[in-house]
Amino acid sequence: MTTVTLHALLSHWWRNPLQLFTLLAGLALATALWSGVQAVNAEARASYDAAAATLGEGQYDRLVRRDGQPMAQETYIALRRAGWLVSPVVQGRLDGVRIIGVEPLTAPGGIGPVAPQQGADITAFLTGQGQLFANAETAGRLPDLDVIVTPDAAPNTAVTDIGVAQRLLGKASEIDSLIVLRGQPMGRGALDAVAPDLTLQPAQGGSDIARLTDSFHLNLTAFGLLSFAVGIFIVNGAIGLAFEQRRPVVRTLRALGLPLRRLILLLGAELMLFAVVAGVIGVALGYVIAALLLPDVAATLRGLYGADVSGTLQLRPSWWLSGMAIALGGTALAAGGALYQLARMPLLAAAQPRALAMAAGRRAVLQGIAAAVLLALCGVMMVTATGMIGGFVLLGALLIGAALALPVILDRVLAMASRMAKSVTAQWFWADTRQQLPGLSLALMALLLAMAANVGVSTMVSSFRLTFTDFLDQRLASELYVRTESDAQIAALISFATPRTEIILPIQSADTDIAGQPTEVYGARDHATYRDNWVFLQQADDPWDSTFDGQTIVINEQLSRRAGLMVGDEITLQGTAFSIAGVYGDYGNPIGQGVIAEEVFETLYPGIMPQNFGLRMDPDTVPDFVADLAAETGIAATQTVNQAGIKVISLAIFERTFTVTTALNVLTLAVAGFAILMSLLTLASMRVPQLAPAWAMGMTRQKLGQLELLRAVMLALLTAIVALPLGLALAWALLAVVNVAAFGWKLPMYLFPLDYARMGGFALLAAALAALWPARRLARTPPAELLKVFSNER
Amino acid sequence: MNVKVFLIALCLPVAAMAQGFAGLGSDAEGFSVPQPGPQFDFPADHGPHNDYRIEWWYLTANLQAADGTPYGLQWTLFRSALAPEAGTGWTAPQLWMGHAAVTTPDAHYVAERLARGGIGQAGVTVQPFAAWIDNWALTGDWDTLRMTASGADFAYDMALAAQGPLVFHGDGGYSVKSAAGQASYYYSQPFFAIEGTLQLPDGDVAVTGNAWLDREWSSQPLADNQTGWDWFSLSFDDGAKMMGFRLQQTDGNNYTSATWITPDGQTTPYTDGALTATPLATNDADVPVRWRVELPAQGIDVTVTAINDNAWMATSVPYWEGPVTVTGSHDGIGYLEMTGYE
Repeated sequence: MTTVTLHALLSHWWRNPLQLFTLLAGLALATALWSGVQAVNAEARASYDAAAATLGEGQYDRLVRRDGQPMAQETYIALRRAGWLVSPVVQGRLDGVRIIGVEPLTAPGGIGPVAPQQGADITAFLTGQGQLFANAETAGRLPDLDVIVTPDAAPNTAVTDIGVAQRLLGKASEIDSLIVLRGQPMGRGALDAVAPDLTLQPAQGGSDIARLTDSFHLNLTAFGLLSFAVGIFIVNGAIGLAFEQRRPVVRTLRALGLPLRRLILLLGAELMLFAVVAGVIGVALGYVIAALLLPDVAATLRGLYGADVSGTLQLRPSWWLSGMAIALGGTALAAGGALYQLARMPLLAAAQPRALAMAAGRRAVLQGIAAAVLLALCGVMMVTATGMIGGFVLLGALLIGAALALPVILDRVLAMASRMAKSVTAQWFWADTRQQLPGLSLALMALLLAMAANVGVSTMVSSFRLTFTDFLDQRLASELYVRTESDAQIAALISFATPRTEIILPIQSADTDIAGQPTEVYGARDHATYRDNWVFLQQADDPWDSTFDGQTIVINEQLSRRAGLMVGDEITLQGTAFSIAGVYGDYGNPIGQGVIAEEVFETLYPGIMPQNFGLRMDPDTVPDFVADLAAETGIAATQTVNQAGIKVISLAIFERTFTVTTALNVLTLAVAGFAILMSLLTLASMRVPQLAPAWAMGMTRQKLGQLELLRAVMLALLTAIVALPLGLALAWALLAVVNVAAFGWKLPMYLFPLDYARMGGFALLAAALAALWPARRLARTPPAELLKVFSNER
Repeated sequence: MNVKVFLIALCLPVAAMAQGFAGLGSDAEGFSVPQPGPQFDFPADHGPHNDYRIEWWYLTANLQAADGTPYGLQWTLFRSALAPEAGTGWTAPQLWMGHAAVTTPDAHYVAERLARGGIGQAGVTVQPFAAWIDNWALTGDWDTLRMTASGADFAYDMALAAQGPLVFHGDGGYSVKSAAGQASYYYSQPFFAIEGTLQLPDGDVAVTGNAWLDREWSSQPLADNQTGWDWFSLSFDDGAKMMGFRLQQTDGNNYTSATWITPDGQTTPYTDGALTATPLATNDADVPVRWRVELPAQGIDVTVTAINDNAWMATSVPYWEGPVTVTGSHDGIGYLEMTGYE
């Protein structure tokens, strides 16, 4: 009986292959977008994690020299002999590849990709014969070395024994940092007695790079989620329609004695089968999307944060799992309502295909109420929401509320238009559009979400870009940055640069703790650079005047938010109290920061000498200056950074970010357009009885086709008008609530009307393209088909 | 498997533990091999023998607090060579491993240290004698020694004073380990009086007792079919001492060896078969913690019982090592080491 029943149920799909295609394609596309975006994120994160794991970054405290220079190997031995469980690390770059030297016997378990595999000779590794571990890409860049290829290695990084690294990097008997292991023994010597030059850097949860790039990934994830929501709307529509159309079959089967339980089970199994098929296609498609996007994303992240991300995609089992889970979960979500209705339906419920249109009425009212409740909730939450959860609840309520409200809004607008219409044709057009609305509403909701996602994400990305480029302008105001390596170089730089530059700005900082927050305190030299460029979010009168006078401090937004410090509050550094004169935006910085006057800094932290300097000069003279500097003082060009160069790179990166965003925008709109196409095709056959009278009264088929096209574009336009504020609200929630909760700083929101207009245009185009084929088919409906309506022969 | 586990399994075949230890069962390529009739040269032989693959300075002690509570203590430094030379800097092919433990009747504290030779983090020097890894050290002139070690939850600082001569096992220090002739150089100082302070989570404990220091080096002490060993160092109340070991073989037989030590340090070696050791009871992990030990030639028929059944050394290469009490034909105390029970 099961086989027969299944056959009867499945026969529906053989008879409606287009519906089957819609279902599978919708689900596959939704899965593809979701898993594609997730794949990009996962790949990038795996890269950071590999990099972080290589050094145990973030998990372990570290000891480094206060002045940032390498320490002598004897310091390491002295600490070990005093009982400190520390493990040495040497790092540097060789032909652009990051070389990391570790000591495997003392390193904490599980750091680094160094695993014995074929070809790994542990004796060779330990006794300095020069064995390195790297991924295939990196290995290709180190042709002269003995590299063991391992896929787990961080991108552009080669791990080797510390002895080999010291030799390759020319750092004989030098150590850059010491990893401090957990479970230190009793009675070890005090750090300042054993190694007074060293300072302990506490572990940070998660790697630095990951924290910085989280913002970018959050954007991508939001995009993936929205894309998936769009896909689920399509699937929901397809499933809903299929269930409606199969009511007679269901009634017959049940009348023949099939238990309801088994029926539901079979329908569920049927859907899960589709979900599996669509899931596999979707994950494969997602892989393609990710593979196409990844090089751009990798380039973006590398340039933006200096994060090395592999440009090639690796197949990870976790995607297949998450992709399949999302496909199955999505189907369950989309089909839940339909199955529930079926379970409650009276045995002999009306058998005629009611289509979705008939279900309007009561459901529309319920939807309207739900929408109103959700949107009201949004209104409240916009004012009160804090934290990640609040932010995501707000996002969810906003999206669902707006989607549910869309049919109600469109219905009201159409009703109004209908009342205002003068001609009979116009009245018929509006009334007919309204009649179609329930059948199209799911597709329109999908379009709404797609557009809102596009508006929201574009706003976010563009705001991100504007903020960061402005920020780079402000914070990298000096035309040239110079890193010195010795006191002699400092003296040489100062004597060489003083007559040739407007001012030399030393860059010096001390690590400290303010109100329990790890904070870097900078000592700044009084100069217009700061007054002109730094933007305060909150400030007292003339914050720089009082700060350079030595009375006040200015702090970044992160410290202000996390420690609850406001302008006028006091903080204490080395026993000296400072009043806060201003709070400045400091985007992307994971920790707190404060700036005090140079003289005050020197008094409070006498042991810290600046190693880096910013030089203000005429930008045109920078190249000559760098050449002369190298010739006269021996400070190499590699020790200087030309600010113009940084900007060029930054801008190039943002261009790539836009490529990614645009590609995703086009994809989501394509998905939404597809939904419209499918809805129109489905409706087409049902609408013949409504169109036939209009045709019979003299409206040509061409005219009907044109009106069909017009209707689609008009509905898309109305949807776009609703999508705009929704997208902006979405962007606002992401920037002002989720971002603050996630990273401690608020990204300012900028508006980009031209972009929105262009996206609206795309949406209309997508709708028009989707309507083109149904309209054309309508215009060519054989008159005989239309005539049949009146002959009761359908 | 990370590199550390691999490296240890490959290169640090400590105390001949476990299944066909790589390095122990294999050939001694390039390394020297112990030969019968050794001529020892002190103090040089207290120092490292870099041309042999493995070597250890292995101290165990039975201690007692003022209230009578028994304690056990272990301090061990293992040397394992990748190549038969000392070397300098990071390329030195000598690896060092330290194990320290304190055993109480109801707790067992363990710590482990690993180090490369050639950089000063660990090593052994002869003049003056010093064996160290990180802040753990055994220093002095062998008449008196100072010994320190610390872990996350314990530390100790002990003073040792020799009360008798060195004793040599097997044939004048040439200790045969298998019928196929695998052997090591092996001597001990079993006559140390020891006192000092244990730092434990519940506070400091002043202790006294006696300690047994083993020195052993070889390049291939185990035969291919030997999977582990049970080693006994027993001190009887009448002042006599006994060292005995039983090597487990895959063919179900055992290879045993023993040394009888009189109170003034005279030794009588016993070859395979003279000693029998029979497990009587095991702990929850199936490790024998009660043994019947018989050496009929000396009238020995005793029951050896662990003071703490759970003296498991959860180190890179795990084994059981802890203090025991001896009852039966003779009463006394001692130490038991068991490997190959993972």
